[in-house]
Amino acid sequence: MHQESAIREPLILGDNVTYHQITEDIARPIEGKANKWWYLVFGIAMAAFLWGFACICYFIGTGIGAWGANKTVGWAWDITNFVWWIGIGHAGTLISAVLLLFRQKWRMAINRSAEAMTIFAVMCAAMFVVMHTGRPWLDYWLFPLPNQFGSLWTNFNSPLLWDVFAVSTYFSVSLIFWYMGLIPDFATIRDRAKKPLAQKIYKILSFGWSGRARDWSRFEEVSLVLAGLSTPLVFSVHSIVSMDFATSIVPGWHTTIFPPYFVAGAIFSGFAMVLTLLIICRKVLGLENYITIKHIEYMNIVIIVTGSLVGVAYLTELFIAYYSGVMYEQYAFLNRATGPYWWSYWGMMTCNVISPQLFWFKKIRTSIIATFILSIVVNIGMWFERFVIIVTSLHRDFLPSSWTMYSPTFIEIGFFIGTIGFFFVCFLLFARVFPVIAQSELKMIVKSSSEKHRKINKQNQHH
Amino acid sequence: MGTTKKYWKGLEELNNDPAFVQAQQNEFAEYVPVEKFLENDSLKDTSTSRRDFLKLFGFSITAATLAACEAPVNKAIPYVMKPEEITPGVANWYASTYFDGNDYCSILVKTREGRPIKIEGNEMSPITRGGVSARIHASVLSLYDTGRITGPYANKAPSTWETVDKEIGAKLSAAVAKGGSIRILSSTIISPSTKQVIADFISKYPNTKHVTYDAVSYAGIIKANAQSFDKAVLPSYSFDKAKVIVSVGADFLGSWLSPIEFTKQYSKTRKLSREKKEMSKHYQFESILSLTGSNADKRFAVKPSQYGTVVVNLYNAVAKLTGGSAVASGALPIDAQIEKVAKALVDHKGRSLVVCGANDIATQVVVNSINTLLGNYGKTVDVETPSYTKQGNDEQFISLVNEMKEGKVGALITYNANPSYTSPAGLGFNEAYAKVGLKVSFADRLDETAMNADYVCPDHHYLESWNDANPKAGHYSLTQPTISPLFAKPRNEGTRCAQETLLKWAGNESDFHSYIQKYWSSHVFPMQGKYMTFGDFWNHSLHNGVVEVGSGEDAKMAMGQDSSNVNASAKPEVAHKTTTVGGGGMFAQEVEVEVKEPKLSVAEAAQSISKSAKAGNIELVLYEKTGMGNGNQANNPWLQEFPDPVSKVTWDNYITMNPEDMKDKYHTLARYNQMEMKADTANVTVGGVTVELPVFPQPGQARGTIGIALGYGRTGAGMVADGVGKNVFTLAQVVNGTIQYTVSDVTVSDKTGNEHQMACTQTHHTMMGRSIVKETDLTTYSTQPVDVWNEKLLVTLGDKHVPASQSNLWADHDKPGHRWGMSIDLNACIGCGACVVSCNAENNVPVVGKEEVRRSREMHWIRIDRYYSSDMTVEKADAEGKGVVDKYLEMENPTTENPQVFFQPVMCQHCNHAPCETVCPVLATNHSSDGLNQMTYNRCVGTRYCANNCPYKVRRFNWFNYIENDKFAEVNPSQNDLGRMVLNPDVVVRSRGVMEKCSMCVQRIQEGKLNAKKAMKKLEDGAIQTACSKSCPADAITFGDLNNVESLVAKEVEDERTYYLLEEVGVKPSISYLTKVRNLDAEDIVMHEEHKPHHGGEEHKEEHKEEHKKEEAHS
Repeated sequence: MHQESAIREPLILGDNVTYHQITEDIARPIEGKANKWWYLVFGIAMAAFLWGFACICYFIGTGIGAWGANKTVGWAWDITNFVWWIGIGHAGTLISAVLLLFRQKWRMAINRSAEAMTIFAVMCAAMFVVMHTGRPWLDYWLFPLPNQFGSLWTNFNSPLLWDVFAVSTYFSVSLIFWYMGLIPDFATIRDRAKKPLAQKIYKILSFGWSGRARDWSRFEEVSLVLAGLSTPLVFSVHSIVSMDFATSIVPGWHTTIFPPYFVAGAIFSGFAMVLTLLIICRKVLGLENYITIKHIEYMNIVIIVTGSLVGVAYLTELFIAYYSGVMYEQYAFLNRATGPYWWSYWGMMTCNVISPQLFWFKKIRTSIIATFILSIVVNIGMWFERFVIIVTSLHRDFLPSSWTMYSPTFIEIGFFIGTIGFFFVCFLLFARVFPVIAQSELKMIVKSSSEKHRKINKQNQHH
Repeated sequence: MGTTKKYWKGLEELNNDPAFVQAQQNEFAEYVPVEKFLENDSLKDTSTSRRDFLKLFGFSITAATLAACEAPVNKAIPYVMKPEEITPGVANWYASTYFDGNDYCSILVKTREGRPIKIEGNEMSPITRGGVSARIHASVLSLYDTGRITGPYANKAPSTWETVDKEIGAKLSAAVAKGGSIRILSSTIISPSTKQVIADFISKYPNTKHVTYDAVSYAGIIKANAQSFDKAVLPSYSFDKAKVIVSVGADFLGSWLSPIEFTKQYSKTRKLSREKKEMSKHYQFESILSLTGSNADKRFAVKPSQYGTVVVNLYNAVAKLTGGSAVASGALPIDAQIEKVAKALVDHKGRSLVVCGANDIATQVVVNSINTLLGNYGKTVDVETPSYTKQGNDEQFISLVNEMKEGKVGALITYNANPSYTSPAGLGFNEAYAKVGLKVSFADRLDETAMNADYVCPDHHYLESWNDANPKAGHYSLTQPTISPLFAKPRNEGTRCAQETLLKWAGNESDFHSYIQKYWSSHVFPMQGKYMTFGDFWNHSLHNGVVEVGSGEDAKMAMGQDSSNVNASAKPEVAHKTTTVGGGGMFAQEVEVEVKEPKLSVAEAAQSISKSAKAGNIELVLYEKTGMGNGNQANNPWLQEFPDPVSKVTWDNYITMNPEDMKDKYHTLARYNQMEMKADTANVTVGGVTVELPVFPQPGQARGTIGIALGYGRTGAGMVADGVGKNVFTLAQVVNGTIQYTVSDVTVSDKTGNEHQMACTQTHHTMMGRSIVKETDLTTYSTQPVDVWNEKLLVTLGDKHVPASQSNLWADHDKPGHRWGMSIDLNACIGCGACVVSCNAENNVPVVGKEEVRRSREMHWIRIDRYYSSDMTVEKADAEGKGVVDKYLEMENPTTENPQVFFQPVMCQHCNHAPCETVCPVLATNHSSDGLNQMTYNRCVGTRYCANNCPYKVRRFNWFNYIENDKFAEVNPSQNDLGRMVLNPDVVVRSRGVMEKCSMCVQRIQEGKLNAKKAMKKLEDGAIQTACSKSCPADAITFGDLNNVESLVAKEVEDERTYYLLEEVGVKPSISYLTKVRNLDAEDIVMHEEHKPHHGGEEHKEEHKEEHKKEEAHS
């Protein structure tokens, strides 16, 4: 058994943590009944989702003229929300894949829900990208289909096509990776299930997992392979999303800094979203022993790093605009800061650059309330970032004769709220029927990193 | 069928011989050995099994079924009898004439399968010379207007012609019997045959008088000419012969008299080339910023009450220089400038022109005197060839209204006039109208007048009727029907030609077509000597649409004959006194012009002007918009959605006010939100009539004045027009016997507290220091090397600076055959927007309505960008050390006092490295081998990425299904079957969710190429014209093949004024622009030059380049 330094803080708290106790704790929300809070939150989320669904039906029926976009600002909330959701979907795979490769054990308590969040966020993002087109029923033309569908081929020069590949690949790999991890845990639940229906469902879900050494060895191998596959995807997806902008000629979009800047921003917002969700989860599901202050602090540190990266990127953009001497570029950035949408720019700057710096204070980064608030602030800031990039760049580009303003309609606000509703509906269902913490993985570190075993070890050494 | 004849196949049948009878009963003529065939053993060896049979059987049935299942089922109904001249898919063109009582234009009508779908200019017309205006382009849609009534109305209920004719006939006779007078009130009639019809009517009912009245009156000029020359006529003007043009309040390019004709002439003097480096100089004095004023080289903002004084002071200044005597006049702050204008005029004696838009006799008399002093008569002003397009006589109209008030009018027939809408409130027409015994209207809809009429007898649309026109002395043209009347129903309903109606009531049953022919054979045919027979003459006239009956002696004779058009108030006998005008100067030529001693001397006129010129606190100008005109076509959605050339506002009229006035005088109005397009309203009160309208900040509006456009606020015009804007004809005033469209003192109250949403297509008005419209002045242009005024863009390639044209990020597309391109002359373009409506009609551009325009979703494929100069420039900010934020904020504000105006037509630039093409994921937009950037609508998914990446923002997205969504039922003509008839069948109607944009009229290109191929000829330059290039009355757009070095466009692109819009982006557009050149005064150039490097001549060229580069680096 791998032994850890005693001065490291334990990753699992509590004096009575046993393998069985972990199983009990994690199976509790699945086997027990939900409390009224769950029903309340689920009800609100469901209402939001249904409202969004109604809005979707309306604009699919009449046309996306129901939104506020116009001849100059062709993309607005649709792509802002798409990029925002894709960004949020970044933390999951980063935590499960990159941190797995780096053997970061603290990831084990959070990776399951982070991955779930990734899946749901990418689904929300996909809704925007699918439905932002004028004729969504023809979206399948974006795939290079065989000739039976017509003799036209797709345009491989178009970053939108790259997007299709990048997002779909990312989604499928993330989904498989997530599901892989779930199999042993499903088996545990299957074995504990008393109702025949639940037994049957979890039996199917667990793919006949038997827990033999061969199963475990394959499990480990596939996890590693998938982690290796996902790691480049973490960087590719948002790089490619950024190329929608970077390869165009719109002042404020045409920037080579975008790929790394977008990836940093994505991790930044993804971690913030994971924090928002986990802080609620640990409280509601009583998982304080597994998701500890230490976890929150680690994630806050990631937020400081990526937030600062994003800040540097903002300043670099400004400097390059000044240094390039390109009139249009200079005006685009001046307009961001002082034009009619100044509030979104300064909102972005405050939320994304200034607010995460508060985490330098240990008191703040270990405070649950402060973290919770700041995690939401960061996500608001990241939404503003996309809004600033998309709308403020487009609304005043080359020819002043075409400059316009943009404001959303209640239909597209409804669409956005609907995706938030969808996300929470999914997440809440997930928390009730799936094990929210990777218990089998967590059990691997009970002996090495739990508070209880630390104490036992200590006693043993004294003896 | 009915025949009982019997035929035999042969003698055998006739004879009925038994062998034949037997043979006839056999099914097969010869014996078929079926049994033998089946007995053949080899058949059993064939491999066709039962299974195979069933397979084939099943396949055949399935295939047949599938083939029958084609959906949707489209029914094409063929002609039972194909008309000789109609070939489906091939357009027919007919020459015709447009005249609506206001605009005259000789046109060609394009019909497809019997439907008129497009209007083009008739190049054979010596008057309009192929020019067409926005209104006339739009008139084809007015044919398919659902607002038209489909039959006669009696007492506000649909009726039949039989009843109407009977009742009106009886009532007319009764009125005559009672001794009541009959009056025909019409707008200007230039049709000699129609005048003859009215004469016939008068001879039947001798108590009848014909009163002519124009919605916008020009009676002042006509009367002034009666004063000056004893000729109550409107002269012809030749702007093309004028080197110096001075206009006082006359918007001659937009609305004054004959804008199409004048635009053609004007643009001739503005065009420049390597060979012709001189252009006219245009001064404009005006209150509103008109289309003409925006094109002026020098513009002075004056109040309308000062028009008279400006004219008198100009007269004095000219008189001083030519040795005449001055008359008493008031002083103006711009007197020094007026003297300079006078100097320029006198320097170009006989080659100058002074016009004035005031409908005031005294002012016009002084204008006449100025032109006389300058010797312009017979050169740029021609009273010998008068124009007949405006014959309204305000005095007669006013006395008619008085007669009506007194109850003396037994019957009033209104023809092509809508006095309830267009007369000033002060006249009280509506009250007077109620007192008329019998009210008959020929209106095509239940408009303001027809609504209260006893009988409405709808006239045909001009595209359905025969007519003729005599717009000018010696010029005749014909209107011919291009479709049989749309509302000609059986059972005596439908529309009927107004002339035929009148003839019928006069007891003449002849149809108007033969009536015109008869008239022409006796009146017009004898005036010419070219054709021997009338049939020949008629056919040629009809084919060409226009006839010029000789020049010189012929014309004189013609003039004598078409005296029907000379206003009745003119004295027939004129004591001609021949004088010599324009003496002294080196340009003076002795020309005989009949000048009568003016009855109203200049001194008297000046006195009258100074008496009536009362300056008010706020003065009002009522004007006609370039698109809307006097509002007779207000129910035309193309015109409602047409952005005003200057304000860029659609679907509204509004109060134009100088932004400084808004700030100084009305604090609440200063809240105008440019970006949100929200305006506060104000009440304008004139003589007890109050109109509430939004206030729109208009740079260049004279301080202390406001302007409001006529033609809005219709009721009963139809669902498009009703409720849009407010009617301000009511605010016009009757002064000195003429209707005045300026009011010297109005009350403006901003205390309404209401907000109004405007719909502008452009919310930013300056170029923000970017060189979007390149501009220089004439002196610099003609004396300096090209690098000084049209600096070539240099880019860094490696370590060298090379012209941008040489750097290429991509491989060039192959253009083996044609390479289509355009050159747009920004010096010729006056911004009138005729191209916009022409493109609408040609390319089935959807109308989206006010709400969507407010959301910046207008669909126009071509737009005219209009920029104002700003007080703040990059150079000025640098000199003053302004902060960068302040600099740009101030640059956003146009000069309020007197901005320079720039017009720039922008359509898809058909980039050779099109940024839209690379980003489309489904290749829906791609490049053709002849240089077009083309849209494949049915491949488009609608990501709108292309629109985002287009630096020119010319791509338009179908946000809704405009032709079916109920939201657009009131505005989009394609929502009903009638309006859909105007659609061009060569251009697909785009579905929702699809991107569209200018296709460079690819359907016309294909047609032209095919025609050349069929004729086995090389494609000639100019054989293909796009809708915009063809329609441009200023000839500013040249389209052609850039690969053909002989083509006009290839030559224009070689011009040194050529530049490309946003060349620095590197997209290599196929559209090029020619730098605008202003004919500036010397002192203005000095100001202008301050920001340019000093330059000597050719030898210092290199040095300048260096300096420019340095400048570029600084900026």
